[in-house]
Amino acid sequence: MTKDEKYSIAKWAMEHALNNGAQQVRVSISNNNSSQIEVRDEKIDKLEEANRNSMRINLYVDNKFSRIATNRLNNKEELGRFIEEAIAGTRYLSEDEFRTLPQPELYYKGGGADLKTVDQGFASVDPQQKISHAFTIEKEVLGKDERVISVTATYNDEMSGNVMVASNGFEGDRENSYYSLRASVSVKSGEARPQGSWRESSIIHNDLIKEGVGEQALKKALDKLGQKKIQSGTMPMILENRQAGRTLRPLIEALNGSSIQQKNSFLIGMEGEKIGSDLLTIVDDPFIVSGRGSRLFDGEGLATKKRAIIDQGVLKGYYIDTYYGKKLDMEPTSGSTTNLVFKPGDKDLLGLITSMDRGILVTGFNGGNSNGSTGDFSYGIEGFLVENGKLTQPVSEMNITGNFKQVWKDLVAVGNDVYTGSSWRLPSLVFDNIEFSGI
Amino acid sequence: MKLTRRSFIQTGGVAVAGTMVLPPLLNSCQNLQISPDMKSYLDLFEVTPQMLQKVIAEAMSKGGDYADLFFEHKISNTLGLEDGNVNQAYSNVDYGVGVRVLKGDQTGFAYTETTTLQDMLKVAKTAANIASDPGTFKQGEILEKIPPNYYKISQKWENVSVDDKIPYVQKVNDRIFELDEKVTKVRAFLMDDSAYVMFYNSEGLLTHDYRPMSSLVALCVMEKEGQIENAYSTRSFRKGFEFLNEELVEELAQETIDRTNILFGATKPKAGEMPVVLGAGGSGILLHEAMGHAFEADFNRKRESIFSDKMGKSIARDFINIVEDGTIENNRGSINVDDEGNDVKKIYLVKDGILNSYIHDRISSKYYGVEPTGNGRRQSFRHVPIPRMRITYMEPGPHSKEDIISNVDYGVYVDNFTNGEVKIGAGDFTFFVKSGYLIEKGKLTQPIKDINIIGNGPQALADITMAAGDYKIQNSTGMCGKGGQSVPVSMGMPTVLVKKLTVGGTSA
Repeated sequence: MTKDEKYSIAKWAMEHALNNGAQQVRVSISNNNSSQIEVRDEKIDKLEEANRNSMRINLYVDNKFSRIATNRLNNKEELGRFIEEAIAGTRYLSEDEFRTLPQPELYYKGGGADLKTVDQGFASVDPQQKISHAFTIEKEVLGKDERVISVTATYNDEMSGNVMVASNGFEGDRENSYYSLRASVSVKSGEARPQGSWRESSIIHNDLIKEGVGEQALKKALDKLGQKKIQSGTMPMILENRQAGRTLRPLIEALNGSSIQQKNSFLIGMEGEKIGSDLLTIVDDPFIVSGRGSRLFDGEGLATKKRAIIDQGVLKGYYIDTYYGKKLDMEPTSGSTTNLVFKPGDKDLLGLITSMDRGILVTGFNGGNSNGSTGDFSYGIEGFLVENGKLTQPVSEMNITGNFKQVWKDLVAVGNDVYTGSSWRLPSLVFDNIEFSGI
Repeated sequence: MKLTRRSFIQTGGVAVAGTMVLPPLLNSCQNLQISPDMKSYLDLFEVTPQMLQKVIAEAMSKGGDYADLFFEHKISNTLGLEDGNVNQAYSNVDYGVGVRVLKGDQTGFAYTETTTLQDMLKVAKTAANIASDPGTFKQGEILEKIPPNYYKISQKWENVSVDDKIPYVQKVNDRIFELDEKVTKVRAFLMDDSAYVMFYNSEGLLTHDYRPMSSLVALCVMEKEGQIENAYSTRSFRKGFEFLNEELVEELAQETIDRTNILFGATKPKAGEMPVVLGAGGSGILLHEAMGHAFEADFNRKRESIFSDKMGKSIARDFINIVEDGTIENNRGSINVDDEGNDVKKIYLVKDGILNSYIHDRISSKYYGVEPTGNGRRQSFRHVPIPRMRITYMEPGPHSKEDIISNVDYGVYVDNFTNGEVKIGAGDFTFFVKSGYLIEKGKLTQPIKDINIIGNGPQALADITMAAGDYKIQNSTGMCGKGGQSVPVSMGMPTVLVKKLTVGGTSA
């Protein structure tokens, strides 16, 4: 579907809803084209292509709210009936005075910089080339080590486009492209068959790192051979950059308007307070060129802003959307993250390891959860024992347990190895006093 | 000998010879044999048997061994309550068809969200590309399969108005507030799905399934002397509107209250290895994570599973029987036919302690040369089927719950979980315990909360040293994720003792 076609259907649906009893309406239409090629045993194991459309309509009817979605966009008569029935159904709900579209003055009004989130050459990437990318990384592993028992290499690409219109004066569209190469390698020695995987990704096809993905996955898998659990105890933890999001997510969720209003946050009323060590500085920056989370407006149409979330451990900002902003009597800031930029330190991962006397480098998580209201957490982990600045033993089948109110205060070092392949741009982190359970 | 299609039907005895010489298009009058029920599915998807055959022919045109079409029309509704009122409703309509082509173990797949012949042929052509020989496919006879019905319902959700559902959601809120004065927040959600599925494959199999789903969820926050705690409880069945009744609301409200209340005063156990007693019901999560996924035959075919070479070997005590079933009446994990058109079977994964069967889809059952088990499932028409669990449970064992607990000197008793995970190759699995109790000198003592438990699948299975007779199925909103696909599942368990698992906690 072209952008113009999307606008045309979206505006038609909006008008139809307004003409049939809704006072406010927001319509969003998305489509997504993707392909995936998975190879193993020197053959294509799976070839998938997808083309997905969807329309979402927020209906505000007599101070009542509902949202409907469909992927049947071809028949206006049917769509019209769907909207009319939804409006009739919405009238049965209770009133909710806080449900409205955003204030128009907060909308993005155009004129923003080109954030370069899309590869204009997406459609012209040769399918044979996609297949050969996957075979190339598989070849990096085949025959390299007799302990290898399985290799899967996957190429994936995706192009998504969205247009959004709102009845109080918003119109906006955006496009994103994404390419990735991933390898997953299983090795065997004794009973266990540990698996290592590696992924590279990009927005522009030419920028995709197409070599070394298999090698990295193989190394990750071999490094895990001989994993065992060690004695329980309190130790410092180095958390590898690509895994750091696992500990940051509960903190960000606790800053969400919905969590605060529903009392499922351990950071209620903490704005301006110290919630972490001086090393904890996070900025939400929507304007990074080719950043994975870059955007000019959010899911409600609110213009995005660069803003401090946590500055040297002091909580500066929440994530408040229009609805919870009204419920909490707070200014909306946008309810979702864009690029989360963690202020880096000056050592690379090796430097952090070398500086550690005894502790554990965590390279992967296995399950676990946290309690939003209290900040308590417990996760399964794997990684390596660090002794005198060296990795001495691969470990697995262990848990870390603690409370996020304390853990972020125990952040004692930050790496300079920011991982930019995600919208959360995080370096490796070092925490003191982590409770590890093993034997 | 050339036969017209009509004379072929009249002289059914020569069916095989007849098919060989018939051009596919002449098969149209076969729809005379199609049941009215099946006809309603064809009409729903605006297709004819001839169109199905044309699309299959295109899918097979490059020399694929097998192809199938999976049509799905799903209507989902959610009604939500927050801050005292039922004030939000969400509806979703999803429609389309997935075309899959197999060549040996290789898969080609594409889908379309419209079912015009032109669009279906286009995606069939894409999926066909997994093979590259000139096709020699001969269209077969259409054979309708009428599946059994494991989820009879009395009132379809599509015929129920919003205002008939609202009082039940409101009542969940009101009961939770009535039951405990510490309650400060309640959220409640009622979800209903109606999914129509139609399946046709290159072997001529044509079938359908109507899959209802009903779920009720309650979340509650309590405050006591400055401490805030929250917990939730859910129920889910393949039922229609009859799912909702006073007893269900009462049961859910009470359970939500109990699960929140226990958290006040709960602590963390001592970190490390210890005996773990798993309570009846939801503890089936242990089977699901520690063994179930590792028994899925795709991981074994790819040699990635730690159980890859354990078939026929003893992997647990001889009183242990682990079942994978999809036929329990109105159960969330049941399906009338799997997403590859196969019969749904109750299978023993572990029989008398011996690994008896993997969990198969079409590709793996062919690879292993065994009958399909009816475990080929997909999230939607956008996804390829893969081996998936349905309802996984352990049958009752010879011990009693009291004996099991009194057997433990220091350990934990756990019966309320939120999530779990497994690393297939390493065999390490985990599950997160929302609440439970310490066991000290054979007695349940101090409540515990928010800890992860981790173990190794084969070791944990071998370490189940006692199992009670109190087996029950947990009817909550279980969702199983694998390879980017989610499917509804459920599980069950008697009380069991696992000799040793690593429990998260404090070193103090």
